[in-house]
Amino acid sequence: MKNAVEFNGVWKKFKKGEKFDSLRDFIPNFFKNLIHKNENIALNESEFWAVKDVNFTIPKGGVVGVMGPNGAGKSTILKLLSGIMSPTKGKMTINGRLSALIEVTAGFHPELTGRENVYLNGTILGMKSREIDRKFDEIVAFSEVEDFIDTPVKRYSSGMYSRLGFSVAAHMDPEILVVDEVLSVGDIAFQSKCAQKMRELLGSGATILLVSHQISLIQSLCKRVLLLHHGELIKDGPTEEVIPYYQNITFKKNEEDFKHKVKSEQGKVKINQDLLIEISNVVLYGKDLKPKEEFAVGEDFEIKVDYNAKQEIPDPIVIIDIIRSDGVLCCSLN
Amino acid sequence: MIQALKELIKYRDLFYMLTLRDIRIRYKQAAMGFLWAIFMPIVAVAAGILIKQAMAAVSGHAVDLLSVVSISVKVLPWTFFISSIRFAVQSLVGNSNLVTKIYFPRAVLPLASVAACLFDLAISVLVLLVILCFVHLGVSIYILWTPLILLFLILFTTGLGLLLAAANLFFRDVKYIVEIILMFGIFFTPVFYDANTMGRLRIFMLLNPMGSILEALNQSIVLKQMPDLHWLTYAGVVSVGMFCVGMLVFHSKEQLFAENI
Repeated sequence: MKNAVEFNGVWKKFKKGEKFDSLRDFIPNFFKNLIHKNENIALNESEFWAVKDVNFTIPKGGVVGVMGPNGAGKSTILKLLSGIMSPTKGKMTINGRLSALIEVTAGFHPELTGRENVYLNGTILGMKSREIDRKFDEIVAFSEVEDFIDTPVKRYSSGMYSRLGFSVAAHMDPEILVVDEVLSVGDIAFQSKCAQKMRELLGSGATILLVSHQISLIQSLCKRVLLLHHGELIKDGPTEEVIPYYQNITFKKNEEDFKHKVKSEQGKVKINQDLLIEISNVVLYGKDLKPKEEFAVGEDFEIKVDYNAKQEIPDPIVIIDIIRSDGVLCCSLN
Repeated sequence: MIQALKELIKYRDLFYMLTLRDIRIRYKQAAMGFLWAIFMPIVAVAAGILIKQAMAAVSGHAVDLLSVVSISVKVLPWTFFISSIRFAVQSLVGNSNLVTKIYFPRAVLPLASVAACLFDLAISVLVLLVILCFVHLGVSIYILWTPLILLFLILFTTGLGLLLAAANLFFRDVKYIVEIILMFGIFFTPVFYDANTMGRLRIFMLLNPMGSILEALNQSIVLKQMPDLHWLTYAGVVSVGMFCVGMLVFHSKEQLFAENI
């Protein structure tokens, strides 16, 4: 059985900044390229790699989640897959009819009615008119905008707009489906309908690549996850194994931001001058009494709090709250 | 190129839908709707007749019916040409959300722009036909050349449109340059006058493929004579060549569109 998708050492280069080739550079380069296709892939100072040496294969019928912090190269990979862009270097193979849901309402024209837009958007996404004729009622029923189908979509609410867009896209029957964060449209009821539709697709044996930041969605749909970071594929494995890495990366970034903030504020902040004590430093120690910042699950640690008291305190009470970066109180010691 | 054409054929439904979209949105929320498609060319023809009248008044010749008819026959294809080029140049940039988000052969966008203008041309030709019936122009066997000449017109326009649409995506200067050329183009193309009246400059008028195409149309429809075969061949070669170059350049640069738009 052939693989549905293969990526062999795929690289993609992007330009930074607003600079574009001036005509003076462009015209000679244009003719040079016509004569011999030079594979000039060295990086200029104004360029960067959005995707770096990515290798993976997805067998037919596989359902794979793609995760990574912002700017990891997820959407670039999907755009490469769908053929919107071509890789700078490397080889991709795709076997089967591929549909990409990167932005489902991109094909809408505000002046046209819902009905006209269903046809327009459907054909843009790669359907045949006859196919749309057949599925038209189903699409409209799914989107729940029956009453407004002959109204120009510029009069639609944003919810109706994206529901209609998603409905059109959801009624294609692709062999390979590439989805980029489009499932989060509409209210909860509509979202569960979307997830239901995705499961139906799963049942039909389609190969699916799903980009999402919603861990729960990935967990419920995918068995395998690709984790991207700074354009590199850093982890490829079962969902449960990869998700902790993902959380680690995203939280690490927060942590670094936090540390940076603490450092820049140190010495400047006087908590409250009226207080009798002033906390000067907080250090975490591992079991071996060395300062440490990362701890494994179940590991013991000590907290050392330095403070200056302005007058003698006979029976100090120390309360320590551990608060997660998203504001959830994890524990409170007394 | 064969492959590019095959893919276009695969996406013919999209081409059809985009053409329909371009036609529809042009007349949406306009009280007169499709009547504009008839009204606009009539205005263009009227402008041509006015100029002819003015020229006649200056030179002392009377305006004959034939020259009025010849203006209408030439103005319509010329309007088709300039509006096609105008729409095609903007077709990629104006649909940047499609170009960056969804895959389809990008050539459908400029092609649909040209096709939408072709629809306008078809409507105005129908109107012209009705008018020509009233003036009892009559037909000759040479009118059979028109489909071929129109084909050259369409090929030339499409090829140039593809080329300029791609160029405008990389350098927005192109649309201004095109606008300037189109504005002055009417003076250097035999639309409101005949190439023959230009004497020795005639050859330059006909070297412009639009000039030789319009003259050939005039000869076969209005003058009821054999089109000048030399110039017709020239126009044919240039048109087919322009179409091939347009397709090839467009296709070879297509992959770069999404990131350079």
